[in-house]
Amino acid sequence: MAALLEVSDLVKSFSGVPALRDGRFRLEPGSVHALCGGNGAGKSTFLKIVMGIQPRDSGVIRRRGDEVSFSSPAEALANGIAIVEQELSPVPAMSVAENIYMGREPVGRFGRIDFATLNRQTQDLLDGFGFSIRATDLMMDLTVAQTQLVEIAKALSYDAEVIILDEPTSALGEAEAGHLFAAIATMKARGKGVIYVSHRLSEIFSIADSYTVFRDGSFVQTGAMAEISKDQLIQLIVGRPLTEEFIKENTPGTEAVLSVSGLSAARGVRDISFTAHRGEILGLYGLMGSGRTEIFDRLFGLCAETGGQIAVGGRQVLLRSPAEAIAAGIAYVTEDRKGSGLVLSGSVRDNLCLATLAALSRAGVMRAAQEGDAAARMIDELKIKTASDALGVGHLSGGNQQKVVLGKWFLTAPRILLLDEPTRGVDVGAKREIYRVMSDFARAGGTVLMVSSETDEMLGMADRVIVLKDGRMAGELGRDALSAEGLLHLAA
Amino acid sequence: MELKAKTPAGGGLSAGQIVQKYGIVFALLLACLTLTLINENFLTTRNVLNVLRQTSINGVLAIGMTFVILTRGIDLSVGSVVALTGVFSASFATTSSAGFIPGAPWPALVAIAIGLLVGMGCGGVSGVIVARFRVPAFVATLGMLSAARGLTLLYSSGRPIPALSDSFRWIGTGSVLGIPVPIFVLLGTFAAAHFVLTQTRFGRHIYAVGGNPHAAKVSGLPVNRIRFMVYVISGALAGLAGMILAARTGSALPQAGIAYELDAIAAVVIGGTSLAGGVGRVSGTLIGALLIGVMNNGLDLMGVESYYQQVIKGFLIVAAVMLDQSKNKQD
Repeated sequence: MAALLEVSDLVKSFSGVPALRDGRFRLEPGSVHALCGGNGAGKSTFLKIVMGIQPRDSGVIRRRGDEVSFSSPAEALANGIAIVEQELSPVPAMSVAENIYMGREPVGRFGRIDFATLNRQTQDLLDGFGFSIRATDLMMDLTVAQTQLVEIAKALSYDAEVIILDEPTSALGEAEAGHLFAAIATMKARGKGVIYVSHRLSEIFSIADSYTVFRDGSFVQTGAMAEISKDQLIQLIVGRPLTEEFIKENTPGTEAVLSVSGLSAARGVRDISFTAHRGEILGLYGLMGSGRTEIFDRLFGLCAETGGQIAVGGRQVLLRSPAEAIAAGIAYVTEDRKGSGLVLSGSVRDNLCLATLAALSRAGVMRAAQEGDAAARMIDELKIKTASDALGVGHLSGGNQQKVVLGKWFLTAPRILLLDEPTRGVDVGAKREIYRVMSDFARAGGTVLMVSSETDEMLGMADRVIVLKDGRMAGELGRDALSAEGLLHLAA
Repeated sequence: MELKAKTPAGGGLSAGQIVQKYGIVFALLLACLTLTLINENFLTTRNVLNVLRQTSINGVLAIGMTFVILTRGIDLSVGSVVALTGVFSASFATTSSAGFIPGAPWPALVAIAIGLLVGMGCGGVSGVIVARFRVPAFVATLGMLSAARGLTLLYSSGRPIPALSDSFRWIGTGSVLGIPVPIFVLLGTFAAAHFVLTQTRFGRHIYAVGGNPHAAKVSGLPVNRIRFMVYVISGALAGLAGMILAARTGSALPQAGIAYELDAIAAVVIGGTSLAGGVGRVSGTLIGALLIGVMNNGLDLMGVESYYQQVIKGFLIVAAVMLDQSKNKQD
């Protein structure tokens, strides 16, 4: 039987710079195939060519044995290939049904949209995959996970045989991802082929049947998931052996650095009390909406709620604005790097210096030499890969962008680092370097508070984890008592 | 993403990229060259100074507008503020016995200080409405456009304020070393704005707030104060422009400055500043204002009717933005 999709010798370069040298891929019906690779491996270029968004320089794409060439995503869709992109694009004020069938609405007399049919058709589609979403709900009332499921339903509504999921869980917690995986299992059972792109290796091992690894634009290896270990896969992706996934060399002390009692925050977060110590990495774990991010926002003066006591280094502080939080020695790497971490129109240097402009200026006038030195120091210390500090920060890979955010905060010489999903959208190699930075900071006496949806990351990095549920503290686990089951049990 | 990471930073630009990057400079040079060739009156000292002087008012307004647009805002009220500051400062500078400010004419410096304060006041009100009460800048300054015009008409009873003192008129009609004073005002404003935007902390704040207000807030910047300040600057510069205009005309007209905001926005946009905020330079704005000035002057010299001039200007603005868009697409 012919493969659903077979790609060979795909080549593409952009203004002379090769992005893809040798793209190869084979997707069988009724299978989930993971496409793996670091940032810059050529995955995005590969997908764009398959979807007809970009033309190829050379190479062959076969769909069920027939050679094809798409010049637009619409053509790819008509041939049964659909993609669910990482960045979702719903129309918030329209219903689920209107979003799914946009531009293809069943039309009645005088061009009037036949809403009854539209809604029934959509509900059948949603029910068929066991998505508990109503066709008439407005997109803006859905959670991120539900929005993701709607995008998948949309791809399926075209009766696509090949469904590409590009980082579908990057905005989901583990419990929400469960719904997605159930949907993927249904697609597989119906004989469809799923191309699954994710940096989260644990997911790939739990849902994929086979893998293909790209590195530096070239095909590296393909095979069955059952025949490869996680370490071997990481090694293929980064191209060198990795000794350990996590780096943890800190030892928590006993000196209290941050003490919080009876804290309240936005979205019903109440009665949060804990103490974080010198040299400690303290994890905050919980499902989406459990109040993790809200606690960080409160500690950084970003929410209107001001209930509770906070002491930094034994001194009571109010923390009513980010400026007060920074003055108290707190730094905050937010979960939304592009939304609230970086000024994408600015250069690497602009972004690195953003939180320390006062220290880098005299009487309001910037001192260019000091700015350059500060940026150079961070680029060097954090090994930020950039051609120059004048390069637009938007041109860097996800991992290097995240390091720029970290560098911005290290320049403020913080005592407490709040990290919200510090490795989201970051490839395996860069993840390790971020763990290294966290570990070094804690080892040097810093205090880290970390929120992560990845259980592995919690187990690998945290000294102690506070589990949150519905805005309250549900329990606390020491490093010796940490287990994935324990965390999920307390959180769910 | 992936192709971007591999694109070399800076480095060699292709001919096409150079044309796009400096397109506006080329356009200005081309316009000047063409006019020099087809009209012997264009490249005369007298005419060049004339173009510069005529550009000074729009140039000063457009520089203030650049500050606002860099923070993702817009200031539609500058034309009305020109008129309001004109009549206010003129009422202190008039030698006419019909004046209603006792003791007029006051020293020109006092009249100028009052004009600047009025301009800053208007900008400050817009700034508070935008920054504190989160009203979209388009709406807040549209309100100010109407309110300031109304105040102008009320204050002046709808009549011009004539016979301004010679010392006040000097800022519009005087000259130093043969160069008209308004040109110095324009260049001084430009130099100060360029310094603020490129060399100061406040300048960095403006670009950060325009580029990503959330990130600016999380980085501890006083986002509201920065937003407020840019409207105060725009108002102050509108006040300056209003006084130059009144001084040049010799009397302050309550209907002065109508639609001036459009030319100011046009100069900013032609100069490559993005309406989406965070990207742009005041040097581009200056060249944009000069291009509009040269074009108006050239069409005048060729005897083209002013109605046609408006049509041509419309095309020019849209063409400039189209060039900008294609540049963005390439990136």
